[in-house]
Amino acid sequence: MTWLKNAMQQGVWPWLCAGSVAISLLMLGALLALLLTRGLGHFWPAGLDEITLNNGEVVAGEAVREMPLPDQTGSERLYFTGNRDLDDARWRWVAIDTIARQTQPADLLRLERRAWGDFIGYLEAVEVNGERFTGDDAWQQVQQALALPTAQRTHYQLTLRTPQGQTLRQSLATVINVEAPNAMHLGQKLRAWGSEVWQFLSQGPRAANTGGGVWPAIFGTMLMVIVMSVIVTPFGVLAAIYLNEIAHQGPLTRLVRIGVRNLAGVPSIVYGVFGLGVFVYGIGGSLDEWFFDDALPSPTFGTGGLLWASLTLALLTLPVVIVATEEGLARIPEAQREGAVALGATRLEMLTRVVLPMAMPAMLTGVILAVARAAGEVAPLMLVGVAKLAPQMPLDGEFPYLHLERKFMHLGYHLFDTAFHGEDVQAAIPLVYATALLLVLIVLVLNLTAILLRHHLRRQRGSEC
Amino acid sequence: MLASRHVDHANQAPVTLFPAEQCCLTIDRFSLAYAGKSALQELTLQVPRHRVTAFIGPSGCGKSTLLRAINRLHDLNESVSHSGDITLEGHNIHAADMKVTELRRRVGMVFQTPNPFPMSIYENVAFGLRLQKRLAKRQRDDVIEWALTSAALWDEVKDRLHRSAWQLSGGQQQRLVIARTLAVQPDVLLLDEPASALDPISTLKIEELIRNLKSQLTLVLVTHNMQQAARVSDYTAFLQQGELVEYGPTDHVFTNPRLQRTENYITGRMA
Repeated sequence: MTWLKNAMQQGVWPWLCAGSVAISLLMLGALLALLLTRGLGHFWPAGLDEITLNNGEVVAGEAVREMPLPDQTGSERLYFTGNRDLDDARWRWVAIDTIARQTQPADLLRLERRAWGDFIGYLEAVEVNGERFTGDDAWQQVQQALALPTAQRTHYQLTLRTPQGQTLRQSLATVINVEAPNAMHLGQKLRAWGSEVWQFLSQGPRAANTGGGVWPAIFGTMLMVIVMSVIVTPFGVLAAIYLNEIAHQGPLTRLVRIGVRNLAGVPSIVYGVFGLGVFVYGIGGSLDEWFFDDALPSPTFGTGGLLWASLTLALLTLPVVIVATEEGLARIPEAQREGAVALGATRLEMLTRVVLPMAMPAMLTGVILAVARAAGEVAPLMLVGVAKLAPQMPLDGEFPYLHLERKFMHLGYHLFDTAFHGEDVQAAIPLVYATALLLVLIVLVLNLTAILLRHHLRRQRGSEC
Repeated sequence: MLASRHVDHANQAPVTLFPAEQCCLTIDRFSLAYAGKSALQELTLQVPRHRVTAFIGPSGCGKSTLLRAINRLHDLNESVSHSGDITLEGHNIHAADMKVTELRRRVGMVFQTPNPFPMSIYENVAFGLRLQKRLAKRQRDDVIEWALTSAALWDEVKDRLHRSAWQLSGGQQQRLVIARTLAVQPDVLLLDEPASALDPISTLKIEELIRNLKSQLTLVLVTHNMQQAARVSDYTAFLQQGELVEYGPTDHVFTNPRLQRTENYITGRMA
């Protein structure tokens, strides 16, 4: 150990410390950069290649990535070719050496469809109420028709041709979007990218979660987190007040405090098991027997749902709120409490008028940290109410509007499901990155809100009231 | 008259300080212990109405403890036990029919470090009022102006009543705390080293304020500063190790102390 001692004395340790900070920052930066490029790059309207192979075969699609061949004689490229309804495979590896000719035809289109995934090929003609358009007229008709609502698009019949020469008839009603990425200039591409991102954020998933957007998952995550906060805030704050202000500060209180702090370290799946056993089967099962026996044997509350998931996560995040609030309460000078009491305030008046307003920043921080934790939690949710695809939103126009018994979608679980349970993993990878990016952003925004809010409240105390 | 006499522990000779009808606070054989450890032993003294009475003594002699006992602030601490009586205008402050919140309204307290609440200046002064009966805003505004004027702070803050109290200087904060206490119109004001955290000019302002407030209420001052006690108080009690050593008119105690212990302390000849 003498070399270490010498190194310490020679001033190496600042470099060691700085080095660990730099490595941590680099890893964080790399993580964010990966998510950003892969997640946001997915929505960019990439150019479409049409290639003719040496054997005369034609392949058209989006070049996804290149890899060296196993025998090191060159590399091969992966193309997304779409058209799953016509030729079964959507993906095609092509060795670079076998390409005879490669072009980017301006009229090569990509259709986003409700069924069978994307179509890549050419537009032959459009029939509108018996009238037939071809060439540029057809393209114009399609562009105009895309602005119409789906119901009115049923009159439009597209005749499409694959690069291999097959023809296909498709109603425009089943098409979500048509674009010719090779003919687009930068501004159009940017606009298309923006609208793709917006659709990802605002629409529901399609094709077994391998396409479409994540709006129900965002909504489910937010609603679950709100219900959780409504439950956890009063409990956590009251518990912290009891522990810090009311309870006799003896060994028992210290023991309880240590226990609460250690609860924060219990693996989250354990909370999931508890939630399943106590909330879902125990309380939910009893509720079903007492109030919903006409619906049995199909469970109402006796299965996972929004309420049980929120309760489980409230339990999970309770220590965070208690610890943060307690720290806030402990920071308040005794002089403030005595000042209030000396003016004739009862203990309750002292708490509500002086102590709690002063502890507000700490409480808010605790709640938002709890929210950030809950938003990213997946394991316990899988046991107590998250769904791969929820048929109905947990909040809608139907009485009683908030349906606490319904299953819901969650970003974290959606991520897991898209990555491992999709039928087309290649197509899911960019969506996984995009969803992960969204999840990181949501948690980041929540944490930032906590910091800014606390900062704001602290400054407010010093200046304006 | 027993009520107007003080029994000196050293020579056991009763000394008449003031007529019984002028007595505001009576402390009668009052003892107090923290977790069994004695802090005050059988203290007996009377505090005259509309006068400034100073408690002096070395650190840990129990003068702050006694002051806090008058406000029953020790109620917050479970490990404190006491015996003997403290009576305010003839009412035992520990009696069952004495509400502690009412006692604390009648006996205000100002602490060593200024402790304004994290609210506006206006809300700080209104704090005690809002705990009492509901007042119309006009009336409340009047009381607040009166309290701030009494605390010699009105002219300095009248244009920024709704700014944070934490922006005020230390001396202003301490006068704000005094105003906050005055607003509920107490009979007694307890001051626990009110100027020890302040600069000399702020200290002078506080001392002047203490002298002026005499006409309105009874003041009890705890201080480490001999000159301050000599400057502002009418009566001085010297405490040592939880016992009352000497009590009398300030002039007497400072110029002609009866006991050697008192003289040693006042002249600074004490370790």
